[in-house]
Amino acid sequence: MKIIVCIKQVPDAKDVRLDPKTNTLAREGVAAIMNPFDRHALEEAVRLKEQLGGTVTVLSMGPPQAKDVLLEAISCGADEAVLVSDRAFAGADTWATSYTLAKAVQSLGAFDLILCGKQAIDGDTAQVGPGLAAQLKLPYVTCVQKTREASTAALRVERMMDDGYDVVQLPLPALLTVVKDINEPRVPSLKGKMRAKKAEIKVLSAADIKAEAQCIGLAGSPTKVARVFSPEPRGNRRMFSGTAVEQVAQLVAEIRGYL
Amino acid sequence: MDYFLTEEQRMIKETARELTEAKIIPKRAELDERNEFAGELLADIAKADLFAVLVPEAYGGMGAGIFDIVLALEELARGCVGVATSFAACGLGILPILISGSEELKEKYLPAVAEGKSLAAFGLTEANAGSDAAGIRTTAVDGGDCWILNGTKQWITNGGEAQIYSVIALTNPEKGIRGASMFVVEDGDPGFSYGKKENKMGIRSSATCELVMKDCRIPKDRLIGRKGHGFITVMKTLDVSRPGIASLGVGLAQAALDEAARYAKQRVQFGKPIISFQAVQHMLADMAIQTEAARGLVYGAARHIDAHPEDASKISSMCKVFATDTAMKVTTDAVQVMGGYGYMKEYPVEKMMRDAKILQIYEGTNQIQRNVIGQELNREYA
Repeated sequence: MKIIVCIKQVPDAKDVRLDPKTNTLAREGVAAIMNPFDRHALEEAVRLKEQLGGTVTVLSMGPPQAKDVLLEAISCGADEAVLVSDRAFAGADTWATSYTLAKAVQSLGAFDLILCGKQAIDGDTAQVGPGLAAQLKLPYVTCVQKTREASTAALRVERMMDDGYDVVQLPLPALLTVVKDINEPRVPSLKGKMRAKKAEIKVLSAADIKAEAQCIGLAGSPTKVARVFSPEPRGNRRMFSGTAVEQVAQLVAEIRGYL
Repeated sequence: MDYFLTEEQRMIKETARELTEAKIIPKRAELDERNEFAGELLADIAKADLFAVLVPEAYGGMGAGIFDIVLALEELARGCVGVATSFAACGLGILPILISGSEELKEKYLPAVAEGKSLAAFGLTEANAGSDAAGIRTTAVDGGDCWILNGTKQWITNGGEAQIYSVIALTNPEKGIRGASMFVVEDGDPGFSYGKKENKMGIRSSATCELVMKDCRIPKDRLIGRKGHGFITVMKTLDVSRPGIASLGVGLAQAALDEAARYAKQRVQFGKPIISFQAVQHMLADMAIQTEAARGLVYGAARHIDAHPEDASKISSMCKVFATDTAMKVTTDAVQVMGGYGYMKEYPVEKMMRDAKILQIYEGTNQIQRNVIGQELNREYA
């Protein structure tokens, strides 16, 4: 079973803030980490590999320093890593990113399954996973919380819903995006670290993946960000204290005051 | 301080540290409170390949030495000495096989241990054989096509959880301890059972119980090394295993120092953080001096032992005594620095202080270690 896991390097959410002048993300001095949801996608891929055999390839689109998270993925059980990196990709929105990743996947040959995190913690769009599936015309399930049954031909998974979950069966090849409930990721292993030390990351450019120039980067992005800003605090905030019963009584009295 | 570790050694340390922070620290208080064996954490340790460190490459391991395992144990002990003890006891269980076992025994048992699929344990202590190992009463009688073992081992770490047990028994009781031999007993062997799980002061996430052998029949090829050489194997095992226990003391002392210093920095009394008071500073300084001194001695001893010298016993005992006495002192002082908060279970140092005590007791009490050192000195200055 050949599994591809899409991974994004993101700024550590603990340190993220907006530059008050430019209203863009202040990335300077902020640690870059593997997107936490992608860590769960990688863990699920490694578990499926352990169960069914095969290989796990991690794929990322990003600047050269994104190699760090790919090496970390190898130390956590991935077999090989591919970085899609080109200045021409800069400014890509979710459509252009999905297109670029799809071209990269196609350049890698046959596969059985693509796993992605539900969303990246910097953009929070949750669009690239489904976008990639649409580009590749694959069946897909988002927000998977459990793999119930897996074979090299089909999967039966649970899709997390607000009021419970759906059980979905789908044939392979397919794409899943996963939520954190799906597993508890392992830490890097010793042999994995040694493999990562020797690993060579394959770097692919726009030309290598035969991407059309008008479909990538800023030029290929239909989304234009008009403005980014920190919202002003709204209204006054009151914290009630005491036992639960006392707090409810205070809350009810407060609401009555407005009626 | 830079100990000039090789790249591989840095990886071992880093792997153990990441695992400790991500997996062990979040769970240690609950396992301690519930007196629950850390089976899941040992599975995590297995996935991180740390069980492979001590096993030779020929049997699926990494073939690293005592110094390398010391680095891993120190990091694990920063998180929880209970978990680290379970891991260390597995190493102790396979050492007799590594030191004296036949090729067949090594091939049979070591690959599964390296993969973390099989946990090992070591059975020496009995009710009347603690510091005085000559008091062992367990016997092994040649039953023709098998060995028949009778006796009870006490306070065995990983008891009831391990799959393989290296135990010592008398094959020639007239010769006493010089007539002892070592065997591998497997979980599920006929006549082999476990006593109740002990309720301990500390290291509560480790399993400790009796091993009961009643006409326990095991195949002939389970004899480790030569008949009658059991006690020699035990002594050689303990010589190389003591730096491991010492490193648990170093990791624990470091963890207690970290907690106390962090607390002293943010705790304000008399209008200042308490770390600015000389009384507290001097306590922290002593804790730091003792911890670093212990680390230096343990690393030096482990490297010496990896060179397979003739005179391993004295330095091995010295590092065990010094590092574990240090752990007791530093954890006690960490509680003192943190005052009432340190005494509460909401903070980790009370557990650290309880865990420290066993380090001065198991794998040879620190009094017995001083006997070993004293006897060696007596010989050297003859």
